[in-house]
Amino acid sequence: MIQDIDIADLKKITELIQVKHGYDFRNYAMSSFKRRMLRILELKSLTVETLLKKLQDQPTFIDEFLDELTVNVTEMFRDPGFWRIIRDEIIPGILLNHKQFKIWHAGCSSGEEVLSMTIVLKEMGILQDVQLYATDLDTTILEKAKQASYPIKNMELNEKNYIRYEGKGSLKDYYKEENGKAVFDKSLLQNVTFRKHDLVKGEVFNKFDLILCRNVMIYFNQTLQNEVLKKFHESMFKYGYLAIGSKESLIWCEVASKFLVVNNEEKVYKKIKD
Amino acid sequence: MDKYNLNNSYKAVVIGGSAGSFQGIVKILSQLPKNFQLPIIMCLHRLKHVRNGFVEALSIKSVIQVVEPNDKEPIKKGGVYLAPSNYHMSVELGNHFAMSTEEMINNSRPAIDVTLGTAAYVYRDKLVGILLSGANRDGGLGMKHIKDKGGLTIVQEPSECMIDTMPKAALSLTQIDYTLKIDEIVEFLVELNKHYK
Repeated sequence: MIQDIDIADLKKITELIQVKHGYDFRNYAMSSFKRRMLRILELKSLTVETLLKKLQDQPTFIDEFLDELTVNVTEMFRDPGFWRIIRDEIIPGILLNHKQFKIWHAGCSSGEEVLSMTIVLKEMGILQDVQLYATDLDTTILEKAKQASYPIKNMELNEKNYIRYEGKGSLKDYYKEENGKAVFDKSLLQNVTFRKHDLVKGEVFNKFDLILCRNVMIYFNQTLQNEVLKKFHESMFKYGYLAIGSKESLIWCEVASKFLVVNNEEKVYKKIKD
Repeated sequence: MDKYNLNNSYKAVVIGGSAGSFQGIVKILSQLPKNFQLPIIMCLHRLKHVRNGFVEALSIKSVIQVVEPNDKEPIKKGGVYLAPSNYHMSVELGNHFAMSTEEMINNSRPAIDVTLGTAAYVYRDKLVGILLSGANRDGGLGMKHIKDKGGLTIVQEPSECMIDTMPKAALSLTQIDYTLKIDEIVEFLVELNKHYK
């Protein structure tokens, strides 16, 4: 096992990806980026040299690489208290102004969060009134998200979270067990558009009433966080909401003054200035 | 008096612990000098889905208030920090924390190896690493990283530990500088603070 990797080697890798494939990882947080690289080298039995060669010579390798690089560990109803606030405060707040509205899950990974949202909306009886966009950089994981089918072994945790969320029924109401998988009712995803989108290079593509980007920007450095937050700000209606992870904060970010803290424990913010 | 042969170069303390470490940690935090100047960065195994209560329980007895930092929070002189539940906590160059939701390591998130290993990378020979009682091997590799970068390493005396797997893992992986009881760790930290510049 390779114990460490030089900053110079990391630079070589990010530069090659930038030139050859057009993705920019230069402003990713160093500690986790380094761990991801070490993990890829170990998983694929590569050295820095052979990794560089593969990225250079094999056009399809980049997708596999991105799938391992991005962190795809997620849960349904992660932080149940957050989801109660979404249901009891945030969505009612949006409904005061619009009957129909739009939500963006930025960095949706394997889709557990967007699926949780559709269940929240369905139980509120408003699923048909909401347009959801779920985006990620990683096309492999987007395909998984579209399937809405997860290993049964993950369901124990998901069920526990749902119970603590205090949903209307049981999570079992929404899926069938098939071949060791929990296959969710596809109609939940009827208003969800999945699309590939790179938060670093991607453009503002719509305006939203609520953006969720939880535990995604933790992989970026402060410079990149500021850039991405600027894009989110542009992608939001005035008085729209932004939700980030429970251990993230806007305090150190440039856009902080344009947002109001709605819930500090669950990190929900409201855009108050254009 | 200088039985620990300390100099004034140390800039931070990291502490790892798991099963059986809570009382030791509480004792350490409750007996710290009020003006303890080095940041203390703790990674303790904890229930993954209980976000609240732990930091409060530690803070009750602690001389200095314990904080669960946010991502990118600056590491301050005199701060006492605890890795939050369900996140790995890294120390980043530029003197701040970084959170991550990556896969569990050693069946743990937060994993002690992550906090200790990244702190070793940033503070190098200016770091003191302390590993307490615990039932798995998490932290052993982190202690080796600290030692390899020239930092100072301490494990809790195995005979005093409720479960000694964790300190023993560190002892088997690297040349640990001191094997101390909790009372001696407190005494050590008091000395360390006197040498801080």
